[in-house]
Amino acid sequence: MAKADPQGVLTGAHYIDGDEACAEGAMAAGCRFIAGYPITPSTEVAERMAGRFPTMGGTFIQMEDELASMAAIIGACWGGTKSMTVTSGPGFSLMMENVGLAVMMETPLVVVNVQRGGPSTGLPTMPGQADMMQAKWGSHGDYEIIAVAPNSPQEAFDLTIEAFNLSERFRSPVFVMLDECVGHMTEKVVIPPADRIEVVPRFMYEGPPEKYLPYQVDGGRDGVPISPMLHAGMGARFHTTGLTHDHRGYPVMTPECHEQLLSRLVGKIRDHKDEIVHVVETDVEGADVVVLSYGISTRVAYGAVADAKRKGLKVGHVEMKIVWPLPETRILEIAAKVKGLVMVEMNLGQVVREVQRLVSGRCKVLLAGHYGGTVHDPKKVLSKIEEAAR
Amino acid sequence: MSDTVTKAPERLAEPIRAEDLPHPMEKWLRMDRIPHIWCPTCGLGTVVTALVEGIKEAQIEPDRLAVVSGIGCTGRVAGYMKFDSFHTTHGRALPFATGLRLSNPKMKVVVVSGDGDIFGIGGNHFIHAARRNMDLTVICVNNFIYAMTGGQVAPTTPGPANTSTTPFGAFEPPFNLPYLAESCGAVYVARWTSLDVRRMSHSIAKALLKPGFSLVEIIAPCSTLYARRNRLGSGLDLLKFYQQNAIIQNGAKTADVGIDFQRPFIVGEFVDAERPTWEELMRKQMKSVLGEKFIPHEGGECSSCE
Repeated sequence: MAKADPQGVLTGAHYIDGDEACAEGAMAAGCRFIAGYPITPSTEVAERMAGRFPTMGGTFIQMEDELASMAAIIGACWGGTKSMTVTSGPGFSLMMENVGLAVMMETPLVVVNVQRGGPSTGLPTMPGQADMMQAKWGSHGDYEIIAVAPNSPQEAFDLTIEAFNLSERFRSPVFVMLDECVGHMTEKVVIPPADRIEVVPRFMYEGPPEKYLPYQVDGGRDGVPISPMLHAGMGARFHTTGLTHDHRGYPVMTPECHEQLLSRLVGKIRDHKDEIVHVVETDVEGADVVVLSYGISTRVAYGAVADAKRKGLKVGHVEMKIVWPLPETRILEIAAKVKGLVMVEMNLGQVVREVQRLVSGRCKVLLAGHYGGTVHDPKKVLSKIEEAAR
Repeated sequence: MSDTVTKAPERLAEPIRAEDLPHPMEKWLRMDRIPHIWCPTCGLGTVVTALVEGIKEAQIEPDRLAVVSGIGCTGRVAGYMKFDSFHTTHGRALPFATGLRLSNPKMKVVVVSGDGDIFGIGGNHFIHAARRNMDLTVICVNNFIYAMTGGQVAPTTPGPANTSTTPFGAFEPPFNLPYLAESCGAVYVARWTSLDVRRMSHSIAKALLKPGFSLVEIIAPCSTLYARRNRLGSGLDLLKFYQQNAIIQNGAKTADVGIDFQRPFIVGEFVDAERPTWEELMRKQMKSVLGEKFIPHEGGECSSCE
């Protein structure tokens, strides 16, 4: 671990919204390139960075669309700069093409999606959490992805740093799945001094550049099977491609090479899923029902859990800060001991289906879903908790 | 122009074997990837040679140049060039190159891709990169067809050429690429055929050295699809056609250089203009408003790299 570059750290207590806090988290994590395209309700992230970057050596460019924004940050990363983009629903759809390229080229970067109501143009100014499965599977082909989901401006700051760190650790794109409600919610955000912010440095190749093979994994780093990087201009004259490739980065069109590549790409995250867990648990031991939630739905769940406890129900709460990969081991441990799980999410059933698949009937798994546009009614979450307890 | 001098074997009595001789381009090509995938008589081999000659002529350090390609036959160029090279997604080479360049302004960034890639699926990126005068050189190999996917109509196909998706003849008006580039703000625009190796190399060198957005369009034969579907003979026949029908007219008005099906067409250096680049404009603007507080992006290492 290294410490944050003080130039990007706005140490102090601030009264800012989730979008702005996300931008501050990115800059604290060392992001110095952002390409974006205006879209509600995420634009404030790019606006904040456009205003702050010129005094810290960062570059902002407003691209012609989200296809271009996503492509530009991959190029910028290979140029040697920590990079991100930010968007909402329709823009997220456009980015999916190059999310696949970032996965295939193993490019560490961060994509922020401030979710709004969908499908299509949907509810541009109102919240949703219905892009969760798109975050997991939105680009074509087999891959694993990492996604964090903040529930407050403070978490938007903290988890954006965590997203950058995970992207470097696993050489993978990482999503910050905000929503309109958290994005536009203004609260106190405490930004610590730079020397108290841990930053995962890029895994760099240290041998002679002419010997560099961009996808040669020699033991990886910290047990993760990734290869060290070099950037453009460092003398390696390497090749990388979106095609299935070997350790040299050269295209190899064989099922064997494809299997070898995909098993590592998927495995580097799937095999380390127990290390990518970030949950906050309350009263889970001895509970009859455990509520699972992420993002803004966590804030609604607080009220419903409190109401259920007042009614005498034994209810625990697991707040998932990282949704993908799912905290599978922990969910299974809990499922073995409770009558039921209640998944609170602002969609008509997305992450809950993964939980149901995982739990496979060991206990009830109920959805406290919601169409979006507003946050949930806590009473409806409470009724699901009561149903699970029966 | 090659700076590789082939030494004669000491004992002349022994026959010279080809495998003992260095390939004149081995410094610039990934020899472990040769032979390439392109069809016999495809124009792309010549374009790659001309690109290397252009880079040599411009005296650009190989470590300071990146090649970015999209998808398609020309999209494979990046994979054969011994530079930092990126084979990206269909149409997105230009925004990828934009990010690469702004992140690492010490690099010369060349985009080599096809007409369908840059002007079909990537058309929006082209017009905006040209408008911004982003410091990029674009080499567009125009074979009038989507070749890798089997010969479909392209935004450059002149009517009434036969393609696999216009079996009764193309009828949409095609783009005039130099005109489009100039009107969007490109500062250097040239067009040659793949037969014009030396002129093409010189133009590529000029484009590389010109600050700002440049386009070199190369008209190249696709004998496997375009020529065969239209009964134009072999790749060699197409080169002969270029020889007899490409009219060199440097400084021609780009509005007049549209290409019709198998009719004489104009090649040459069309645009060589001065305009500040995106980076120059950005720095000037930031300095004028922020003064000493402005810290330009120096690129290279990320601040937290090991």
